[in-house]
Amino acid sequence: MGGWRRRIAPYGLLGPGAIWLALFFVVPMYFMGEMALRSGSLESGGFAMTWQWSNFADAVTGYETQVLRSFLYAGAATVLALAIAYPLAYAIALRAGRWKLLLLFAVVAPFFTTYLIRTIAWKTILADSSPAVDILQFLQVVPPDGRVLATGGAVVAGLTYNFLPFMILPIYASLERMDVRLIEAAKDLYASSAKAFWRVTLPISAPGVVAGVLLTFIPAVGDYVNALLLGGAGQAMVGNVIQSLYLQQRDYPEAAALSFLMMAAILVVVVVYLRLAGTGAFMGDEDEEARA
Amino acid sequence: MTAAWRWLRHNALMIYAGLAVAYMLAPIAVIALFSFDQTTRGKLDYDWSGFTLEYWRDAFGEPAVNEALLTSLQLAAVSTVVSTAIGTMMALALVRHRFRGRAVSNLLIVLPMATPEIVIGAALLSMFLIYGIALGFTTLFIAHVMFSISFVVIVVRSRLIGFDRSLEEAAADLGARPLTAFRTITLPLIAPAVVAAALLAFALSIDDFVISNFNSGTTETFPLYIFGVSLRGIPVQVNVLATLLFAAAVAGIAAVLLQQRRGEMIAAVRPEREPALYQEA
Repeated sequence: MGGWRRRIAPYGLLGPGAIWLALFFVVPMYFMGEMALRSGSLESGGFAMTWQWSNFADAVTGYETQVLRSFLYAGAATVLALAIAYPLAYAIALRAGRWKLLLLFAVVAPFFTTYLIRTIAWKTILADSSPAVDILQFLQVVPPDGRVLATGGAVVAGLTYNFLPFMILPIYASLERMDVRLIEAAKDLYASSAKAFWRVTLPISAPGVVAGVLLTFIPAVGDYVNALLLGGAGQAMVGNVIQSLYLQQRDYPEAAALSFLMMAAILVVVVVYLRLAGTGAFMGDEDEEARA
Repeated sequence: MTAAWRWLRHNALMIYAGLAVAYMLAPIAVIALFSFDQTTRGKLDYDWSGFTLEYWRDAFGEPAVNEALLTSLQLAAVSTVVSTAIGTMMALALVRHRFRGRAVSNLLIVLPMATPEIVIGAALLSMFLIYGIALGFTTLFIAHVMFSISFVVIVVRSRLIGFDRSLEEAAADLGARPLTAFRTITLPLIAPAVVAAALLAFALSIDDFVISNFNSGTTETFPLYIFGVSLRGIPVQVNVLATLLFAAAVAGIAAVLLQQRRGEMIAAVRPEREPALYQEA
């Protein structure tokens, strides 16, 4: 009786959640794939299954600029976010002392105001002749008569800002768990601060960096809010196309095909990235040191 | 000069942290600031024309804003209850039991977080369209529970992993039935993680725009409402209520933290601390 109960218990606990995720995550993915092979229109009475493989070809040839732009903007935003996040995560995890909790709170605070309102606020900050743009013009980052809003730079800035906490938190978590005595040990062995950082701190935080990069890059590729609110006509990303195909033009098969391709492209990038990050200098060094 | 330089070098990282935090909080400051702005039509123009408390006094004066916010709060409440319950159960199963299908379950939990929101929204919409399911509060509820589950599982699981099971075993030795032991021992101990997970689920739900945009039909949540009026002009009350929500969240977190600190102080007078006290004396 007891043994039977123990064996069945995990499935009982897992059941509702697993069924929910299967029914409303896995199954919809299948239907998105199926939708991509249909053809027809709302006016002609709906979409029938016709194995319309050409939808995929149309998606590739029709929107390659937006797809490329998405990966470019998301890549730039990820690099920027990493540059901003790493020193901040390091400061919070290892230097902040009694300020730690307050700084951590400031990092997650943006989550408590709506994403859309936050992005609209950035629209104000980056608007023509706003104080921030005046400063950028004074510093010659932006030409005297140039604008920030409705440029690719504004979209990248918005993406960077909106996904920054997803970069900071995993890096912070990996640095927080680190044993600081390792740095002291490195210095006792006559490593300079810079060398101790390169050989000890950075490799230890590598898993956090890898997680942060993925958590920033993946949502950024599919985002359309920033391009819509901060970009101009020439900054549409693949998300904008998908959103418009689904919700305005109601060309569901084409939209599904494009979503499917975007997901596939993201998977390819992620797999390549994980390969590089997994066998790259970071991890390699660590393994060697572990063996030595 | 050299002293100042040394000070600057020594504190450079913390100065940078301060600047970075100011950057993170800048839009929130802008939102709060412009909730006090005098505007001509009661719509945000983000062009400062003078201080007024008019919109704070009339915070609930725009029925459409209130209605959208109420829809969001209801949706967040029900989806939080459901996702926290089934997510906590999943976390218990994954940490406490070894069973066939564990790896697949873990994958099922991670995948939604590694998928862009737009793909989740589009896939759900495809399914609803193919089956002719009417979009509305129910489809939003389905979607919000779906994307919250993974986050709940991860938060609760991290707490369960470092969990001391001896108290549960003691309860069982004293004749407590499994359900009683769970209710009186396990649940109170994992409660902080469950509360944290629920707060996260609530925040995710109330903030969600992308997935909701695809599956809402004519139902309008707070973010969907803002999106709808963003071209025509956003009532200043939106900023007032957004600032209020933010203040409420800050107050809530401060309360939880204070509570935990008090808990730690109570825990600090446990018997095992006594030897240290003797040594001091």
